[in-house]
Amino acid sequence: MNSSPYVTNAPTVTLIMLKVLLALVPGIAAYAWIYGTGIFITLGLATVTALITEAIFLKIRQRPVATHLFDLSAIVTAWLLALALPLFAPWWIVVLGTFFAIAIAKQLYGGLGYNPFNPAMIGYAALLISFPAIMTKWPAPLVLASAQLGFTDQFNLIFTGILPPGIQLDAITSATPLDYLKTQLMLKHSVAEISSTAIFGQWGAKGSELVSVAYLLGGLYLIQQRIISWHLPTAFITTLALIALVFNLLHPAQYIDPMFHLTSGAAMLCAFFIITDPVSGPTTPRGKLYFAAGVAIITYLIRVYGGYPDGVAFAVLLMNMCVPLIDAYTKPRVFGHQN
Amino acid sequence: MNAIIQFLKRLSSDAHTSEQIHKFHGGIHPEGHKALSNLRPIAKLTLPEKLTIPLRQHIGYIPKIKVQVGDRLLKGQLIAEAEGGVSAAIHAPTSGTVSAIAEAIIPHPSGLPDICVTLTPDGKDEWTPLQPLDWRNMSLAEINAKLRISGIVGLGGATFPAHIKLVDGTPNIHTLIINAAECEPYITCDDMLMREYSDEIIQGIEIVKHLLGAKKTILGIEDNKPEAIQAMSNACKAQPDIAIKVVPTLYPSGDARRLIHLLLGVEVPHLKRSTELGIQVFNVATIRSIYRYLTYGEPSISRVVTMTGNVNSAQNFEVLFGTPLMHLVAAAGGTKSDDTYFIMGGPMMGFNLPSKDVPITKAANCIIAATDAMFAPPPAAMPCIRCTRCADACPVNLQPQELYWFAKSDNFEKARDYQLFDCIECGCCTYVCPSNIPLVQYYRYAKSEIIAADKAKEAADVARERNEFRLARIEREKLERAQKHAERAAGAKKEAPKPEELAEKHQDDTSDQDAKKAAIAAAIARAKALKTAEAESGANKQTQNTAKQPEKQTKGTSEQPAQDKQALIAAAIERAKAQKLAAAEKSLTPKNVEKVNPAVEAEIKKIDEIREKVKMTTESQTPE
Repeated sequence: MNSSPYVTNAPTVTLIMLKVLLALVPGIAAYAWIYGTGIFITLGLATVTALITEAIFLKIRQRPVATHLFDLSAIVTAWLLALALPLFAPWWIVVLGTFFAIAIAKQLYGGLGYNPFNPAMIGYAALLISFPAIMTKWPAPLVLASAQLGFTDQFNLIFTGILPPGIQLDAITSATPLDYLKTQLMLKHSVAEISSTAIFGQWGAKGSELVSVAYLLGGLYLIQQRIISWHLPTAFITTLALIALVFNLLHPAQYIDPMFHLTSGAAMLCAFFIITDPVSGPTTPRGKLYFAAGVAIITYLIRVYGGYPDGVAFAVLLMNMCVPLIDAYTKPRVFGHQN
Repeated sequence: MNAIIQFLKRLSSDAHTSEQIHKFHGGIHPEGHKALSNLRPIAKLTLPEKLTIPLRQHIGYIPKIKVQVGDRLLKGQLIAEAEGGVSAAIHAPTSGTVSAIAEAIIPHPSGLPDICVTLTPDGKDEWTPLQPLDWRNMSLAEINAKLRISGIVGLGGATFPAHIKLVDGTPNIHTLIINAAECEPYITCDDMLMREYSDEIIQGIEIVKHLLGAKKTILGIEDNKPEAIQAMSNACKAQPDIAIKVVPTLYPSGDARRLIHLLLGVEVPHLKRSTELGIQVFNVATIRSIYRYLTYGEPSISRVVTMTGNVNSAQNFEVLFGTPLMHLVAAAGGTKSDDTYFIMGGPMMGFNLPSKDVPITKAANCIIAATDAMFAPPPAAMPCIRCTRCADACPVNLQPQELYWFAKSDNFEKARDYQLFDCIECGCCTYVCPSNIPLVQYYRYAKSEIIAADKAKEAADVARERNEFRLARIEREKLERAQKHAERAAGAKKEAPKPEELAEKHQDDTSDQDAKKAAIAAAIARAKALKTAEAESGANKQTQNTAKQPEKQTKGTSEQPAQDKQALIAAAIERAKAQKLAAAEKSLTPKNVEKVNPAVEAEIKKIDEIREKVKMTTESQTPE
């Protein structure tokens, strides 16, 4: 027998996850266009691994396997991780990272709804710490690469590590602008000099800036669909832009402009798809602002002063730790109560 | 695209009304389904074969029954009169004979039976002589006394006796708010009432305003009732002090606190009543009942009920209280299918009727004939993903996702910290939950657990106080007995306690340290004395063990060297007796008893008073 309310009108969890996946499509398309169709291999590999891992653990934990497999949350994690990994990373990196994300970061904590940390970022951070060499070898955008790989060649590269004869690894990889900027600044070059090199584009990295724009479009769709609230992306983008602007204005030769920070690395993916993970994020409106601002600040600090070219993953995980505190101290005023 | 258009529409409508309307947080837009039942006028029901009239149709004490089986009653005649502070009278809805006074299932979620008067109508529908009141020339006290026997309660659903809201404890009311929001889907009884009886409502408002001494009146009505708005506007053209404010359709605008905020921008503070801010709220239907009573002398014997949902001809009916549910269903053309169950109230806050054989009562604003096709049972709940749609929808601005977590883990203290008791159980959170979590049920559970725990604690406190009182009494009686013994003993052997020894004893009493030293000295002396004796006895040992208590008498006896065994035993017995007496005296002087006794009694009285109060407040909650 039912009890009130008898009527409901809510999207299902599955629909929410589906819309997130849909919102990633422009970004994936741009990614494939800029870097190569190999991304589909990585995405597929991550998806299969995620589903198998999820199913095994649900079975072990005696949870309804089908219900939770079809909630699509594992696929969202898989795609976010795949998009964060360097393309052409060997297959086992993808498998290991996805397994870690689903098994350790999600299922061992109780599955959907119970993970305190963003599973994709846990997977990414585990790989980055364990295999730094592989995890920092990024492909060059196709426009910059001196050799082009076909889909089969990309497939072989990912699964066997073997390049077609006559093509060296250097021909298809390059330093990312974030990385390059960091190393060149240490060599006392100025920002102006550094950013005049070919790997820099209109605002950020050549090529990847377009992917960022595509993520932004997908993110706006999510806001319009009320899947994510405006608080998180707005606070993240504003804070990152502001902090970069302040440093840039103080010392333009040393600190690059805000647009570069916004369009480079995983900034846009982070703003709309990573920090917006509801499970590991804060729940209060004010808390969301603080959380996103915190991620932006830590990301900037790691980018500028840290040991890694990008800092999104660590920033998100560090702020995940603060979520209970943030939530507790940003409770909105209840109707009829004093603050 | 649709969403964008809707958003722009909402923006423009906000701009239109923003000067007058103060939005509250959250709220939802469930489908109204109002056209099902508001296309036909209010119909009158035929008399049923019998009426089952529950005595308890309101919040508060059960009224005192004044009829017996076999009595012939006229329409409007008193069946039961209000008893106690919060109570309401019950009247015969038609003329007929009392055929039974027995327990029957009443329309309550518990499904428990309650005492009901069964009236078999004689078909004449003959009124008892009615006495219209010349309320303009009556004192407030007189009117209130009359209203107390009117049987009128809040017809918006809370069923709080109206006379209490009208005069008692409502001194400085400046604003009267008429709740005509009717925000729940399906319900149209107030809508139809306003369309058909707008004049009576306006005159009722005049009466209530006069009784309260309110300066202005605002009628709050949702914009999905254009005909009612039109009717009310026409009816109050001559009354400039009655304002009709149209509020956007948003559930739960009809919640009294939400409506006050919408209309006045005032948040009624936590734990306060709106009357403390000079605001009183009445439902339109209650207003009409008050009008009918004061102008025509008609007590509360019927109401307008929306009969809607899966029936062939959904409509509003003027229904006598006690009318069997199925009589009403039949009047609406019967149900369309056999799998129908019945909900009393709206789909957001209503409840399943426990049986098809329940009567219509004062609280029944709407009966929905429901099927699983209309209200699909929710699919299995998924884990909460903390999406905070619930928090966005909560009209009280609570954090439902946190409350759910606390309720689920029985972390009730935390739930209380997060203001669980401010939850109005409107169901907005459940309505928007993607994981199909029955959130409201969790809150109801947590609330009932906390209330039960509080009651258990209170009962334990009372029991503890009672026990303390009992122990004090036992000790007092013991002391009294001991005193009697002492007096008798003093009379028997006068030479035993010497005056100087008594003085020494008092000194010992004042100083514990000295007492200990003295006791030790006494013990040593006794031990020495014993050593000189030839034999040892059990009694002797006991004396040594208990020699901590300073005793002049024992000291005296032990200092005398014992010559033989018998003398020693006799002395030991004497010592033990004296010790017992002294111990009793020391632990509880008469002064001490006097202090404990009335204090405990006062405590118990206080607790009893608090209990009575708690009982009253829990029963009289949600007056609006």
